[in-house]
Amino acid sequence: MESINVNESIVKNADFTEEIGIESGQPVQKCYQCGKCTAGCPLTFAMDYKPNQVIRMVQLGMKDELLKCQTIWICSNCSTCTTRCPCNVEVAEVMGALRIMAGKSGTTPPGKAKYVEVMYDALLGTVERFGRTYEVGLVMQNNLKSGKLFNNADMGMPMFQRGKLKLLPTKVQGAAEVARIFAEVRKMEGGVK
Amino acid sequence: MRYAYFPGCSYHGTGKEYELSTHAVAKKLGMELVTIPDWSCCGATASHGKSHLLNIALPSRNLGIAEGMGIDEVTTGCAACYQQLANANKKMIENEDLRNKVNSITGKPYKGTLKVKSIVEAIGIVDPETIKSQIVKPLTGLKVACYYGCLLVRPPEITGFDDPENPMFIDNIMKLAGAEALDWAHKTECCGASLGVSNLDVAVRMIDRILAAAVESDADCIAVACPFCHLNLDWHQKSVNRKLRKSYDIPVFYFTELLGLSMGISPDELGFKTHFTDTKKVLSVVG
Repeated sequence: MESINVNESIVKNADFTEEIGIESGQPVQKCYQCGKCTAGCPLTFAMDYKPNQVIRMVQLGMKDELLKCQTIWICSNCSTCTTRCPCNVEVAEVMGALRIMAGKSGTTPPGKAKYVEVMYDALLGTVERFGRTYEVGLVMQNNLKSGKLFNNADMGMPMFQRGKLKLLPTKVQGAAEVARIFAEVRKMEGGVK
Repeated sequence: MRYAYFPGCSYHGTGKEYELSTHAVAKKLGMELVTIPDWSCCGATASHGKSHLLNIALPSRNLGIAEGMGIDEVTTGCAACYQQLANANKKMIENEDLRNKVNSITGKPYKGTLKVKSIVEAIGIVDPETIKSQIVKPLTGLKVACYYGCLLVRPPEITGFDDPENPMFIDNIMKLAGAEALDWAHKTECCGASLGVSNLDVAVRMIDRILAAAVESDADCIAVACPFCHLNLDWHQKSVNRKLRKSYDIPVFYFTELLGLSMGISPDELGFKTHFTDTKKVLSVVG
């Protein structure tokens, strides 16, 4: 990370810190960096910033660094951090708020994080179309958009043999109603792909 | 007891055995599971990272439909569906502004009168004597590592029915079934969930830790309560072996399959044939 002047970023990005607090519903300013969230996190090995660092960076207004980091996407939302925080900061909710903000900013997440966003979009794309997740369509979309064409390809035949692979999607009668939910959310919030 | 039942999108695909065994066990216990008509996806693990409103609206459509069924409680097997439904239920009950906003877009307004329970809780609160009376083939000698994962027990203010650090509901059910429920270290460690699809290299390291802890505790098998946990621990055991040069060969069951086995339901009816790991090992232990 380049060196930054935190006194400047706190002032410049005060709105960002406040917005993440409001969007996540979490008292981010209460964090005193005990590190318990990071100690229990099962995914630190794949993160560029650790969970306690993310909370500190929110306090310091480090918006640009956070919105283009991998951590906020790699977080699996397992909520171990949330459960253990002595200040009752639901860290996973803060990660979620950052993820939503990053998604709406339109930038492609870096490295491994890109594949997480692609997967989310592929899953929700099938829900918007059919009303339910369509597992086969999800994997196909995911592989096309991530460029990893043969990801999970070795799964196909064994799944099929076990009757676990439904080749055609099930369409919910109220699929149009579900599609409308997506459309209305887009209208209200903008930016949901 | 009657429940409005939410199958979840994996019900006829990757989570097939869970669906089969849940219904078989519920029947034995006199639990009536009435499927929510025209249910739709709860948002799974994806909507949480896209929009707060979408994340509440998708499960709320189902709660709105369920409310019209004349049943007080909703249950579901999938841990992710459970957490999504329970989270939306809590927010919809507590926040009137949000409720009005969500109700204006789902087409299935929800007043906030339901309770949401995981199938683990629904079975776990059945009178132990009722469960015992159905056990005709106790799983004597079977050592089970009960794995809860994340979404079933966390965050506690949403889930709350069991201890988030050392949950015991599945352990207690397995003990009633005659098995030995092991004290082991990784009951609630995350399996990586959808990272198994998006970033398998990351997920295999998480799965490896859980399998290693189960093997170390001398488990004959792992019992789970979530289709994603099952997919990662069962199917991706092969990926862990390949990518990390391990040689795991431990069967992974839904807890309802093992309970069903102890109730004398045939393994085929419970879905034993569609696992990726070898389930015969367990059958040979319990005979």
